[in-house]
Amino acid sequence: MPTHDYIPHAAGYVDNDGPKIVTSRFPYEDSYTMERSEATGGYEGLRTALSRRPADVHTEVRDATVLGRGGAGFPAGVKWGFMPPGKFPYYLVVNGDESEPGTYKDRLLMERDPHQLIEGCLITCYALGLAQCFLYVRGEMALAQERIGQALNDAYARGYVGKNILGTDFSVDITLTWGAGAYIVGEETALIESLEGNRGMPRLKPPYFPAAIGLYGQPTIVNNVETLANLPWLMQNGADQYTTYGSETAPGTRMVAVSGHVKRPGVYEIEQGVTTFRDLFYGDNFCQGIREGHELKMFVPGGGSAPWFFPEQLDLPLEARAVGAAGSMLGSGALIVMDETTDAVKAALRLVRFYARESCGKCTPCREGTTWEERVLQRILDGEGRPSDIDMLLDIADNISPGPYPVAADPSQDLEAVPFPPKQTTICPLGPSSVAPITSTIRRFRHEYDAKITKRDTIPVSAAPMNAGAVS
Amino acid sequence: MTDHFSAANLATAHEIISRYPKPKSALIPLLHLAQEQDGWVTDDAMRQIAELTGTTPAEVKGTGSFYEMFKFHPVGKYMVNVCTNLSCQLLGGEELLAHAEEKLGVKAGGTTADGMFTVEDVECIAACTEAPALQVNYRFRHRITIDEFDELIDDIRTGNADDIPEHGTLARVRQSIPSGSGAGIHPPEHASEAPVWLVRNDAPEGADLSVTSAGGSGAEVPGESSEGPV
Repeated sequence: MPTHDYIPHAAGYVDNDGPKIVTSRFPYEDSYTMERSEATGGYEGLRTALSRRPADVHTEVRDATVLGRGGAGFPAGVKWGFMPPGKFPYYLVVNGDESEPGTYKDRLLMERDPHQLIEGCLITCYALGLAQCFLYVRGEMALAQERIGQALNDAYARGYVGKNILGTDFSVDITLTWGAGAYIVGEETALIESLEGNRGMPRLKPPYFPAAIGLYGQPTIVNNVETLANLPWLMQNGADQYTTYGSETAPGTRMVAVSGHVKRPGVYEIEQGVTTFRDLFYGDNFCQGIREGHELKMFVPGGGSAPWFFPEQLDLPLEARAVGAAGSMLGSGALIVMDETTDAVKAALRLVRFYARESCGKCTPCREGTTWEERVLQRILDGEGRPSDIDMLLDIADNISPGPYPVAADPSQDLEAVPFPPKQTTICPLGPSSVAPITSTIRRFRHEYDAKITKRDTIPVSAAPMNAGAVS
Repeated sequence: MTDHFSAANLATAHEIISRYPKPKSALIPLLHLAQEQDGWVTDDAMRQIAELTGTTPAEVKGTGSFYEMFKFHPVGKYMVNVCTNLSCQLLGGEELLAHAEEKLGVKAGGTTADGMFTVEDVECIAACTEAPALQVNYRFRHRITIDEFDELIDDIRTGNADDIPEHGTLARVRQSIPSGSGAGIHPPEHASEAPVWLVRNDAPEGADLSVTSAGGSGAEVPGESSEGPV
């Protein structure tokens, strides 16, 4: 029975009504142990998979439409089909580098149920004929590394991983590997670079789609932790059962972290595609409303890289197409709620500063642009801003993401939504992500910017476009 | 050149390298190992890592310097990393950082004179619902008040925070694959043969493959083995 409350040993997780596909063991204090895993159906999904043809396992995953839970939301079963036939060895790389601002779920899955993740990796390797798995955990997550390390040692001892798994002809090693602090490594090609012992700088796609040219130039599947954690349940219960949850376009559940100014921030496993933002923020079962005496001003619907939403978007379901058409994305399942006390410029600056710090420096529009964005926002916040700064911000933004940037509708100004995704002049989406907080807040809270801008322009902006280098 | 790594750590280094198809892939884990041994990454350590991974010291530093966690100069025994990203900022992360700086008498990035603490202003550490959050040597502390912060520092000073190892140590359990139980690494340049179990795709549709042969010969038609399930 759900306790409808926090589980003390799984910080932030709220044990809730509703289907539990990936969090079913969280209520147990020893959920991370081999004993608990085996006592609660652990590795049964692997056994089921091993009783079937590898191709049939792949079909099951495709039929279930398991959407990637890392951010892009691409169906795993389809991604799995992109590897060129016969170009062995194939590899599996697990993306456990969770670092998107606001995102907190893969850490819980790794700390609380490492065996479920390992089992998901094994099912994937079996289905696709992958020769080796690399489980890349974010460097800062010491406990997750420790739990996975112990779980792997136990799983090897029990014959679940390694040579001739469960006495069959299926053999695969899982290598635990870990990072050292770099947000960009969560981008799949940067993660591969990091795993090859390099600076984590993204590769150009095409041609470097990992499924075609990945780790060591070989076909490589890169999947997020939560995506893989779904597979043991799916193997045991089947796609038919899986798709009874959620919506047709977004079946199953997903883990979301709601942080910020709500009464009960937490990590919830929700049905995808049907639960609305209003359900999540105000429902008794979830966050129970905005903190006492305050009201919603704005929210980030899908991690720091997502354009912001406002009260008008509350009734949208957490479903990729609906959210995309409304001007944002669900991303990594990170929702950050801000009430009316929040300074829009200050909040935007904090996210922009993140992108400026984390830009890898490979692409000029991002490396230079994010730094300029941060400095201009900082001077506005410090009361040193000039009237032309807003146009300058938008000009820098346009260098990184040309054209209209995705943004939510604003009925009060009779402005329509610009759908997701943005265009980009960069290799990866980091630079374009830095634009989201800027355009979201300038469109909506222009008056907050204006109120902070106290200095006069010394050079008319119209006479000195930035690309002429005349603005200092 | 004399070894920089201790004998035990050198053995660990070799074991780590053995799990990757290419030694250079072990570079980041070995930099962590060096930091675990010395508290920071020394030039000597990087020289030996280069030797072990078939790279140059410049390549080792080139990779290492990209990553926030590697320190190329001595730092405090305890890294106090306060998150100030948006979720934490909304609930007092910046005030917590300011208090940490005041309590320890250093600005973010600085180390206390006694070499005990280094304070850092860090980006999102994936504890967003538990704001404000911090890590000490990458061990989490959630929903930290000013008073709790002071208690934590006092506990560390008096040796009463035993879940927090000294700086450099991450996981205290290492992966270890017992000899004979590993499937083996698969370097890209080797072999382009399909993994043996993929022959199972030739089995008739709907066949129960749970009874299949051990030994990985791959030659037998799956489902026809006399061996029972394990």
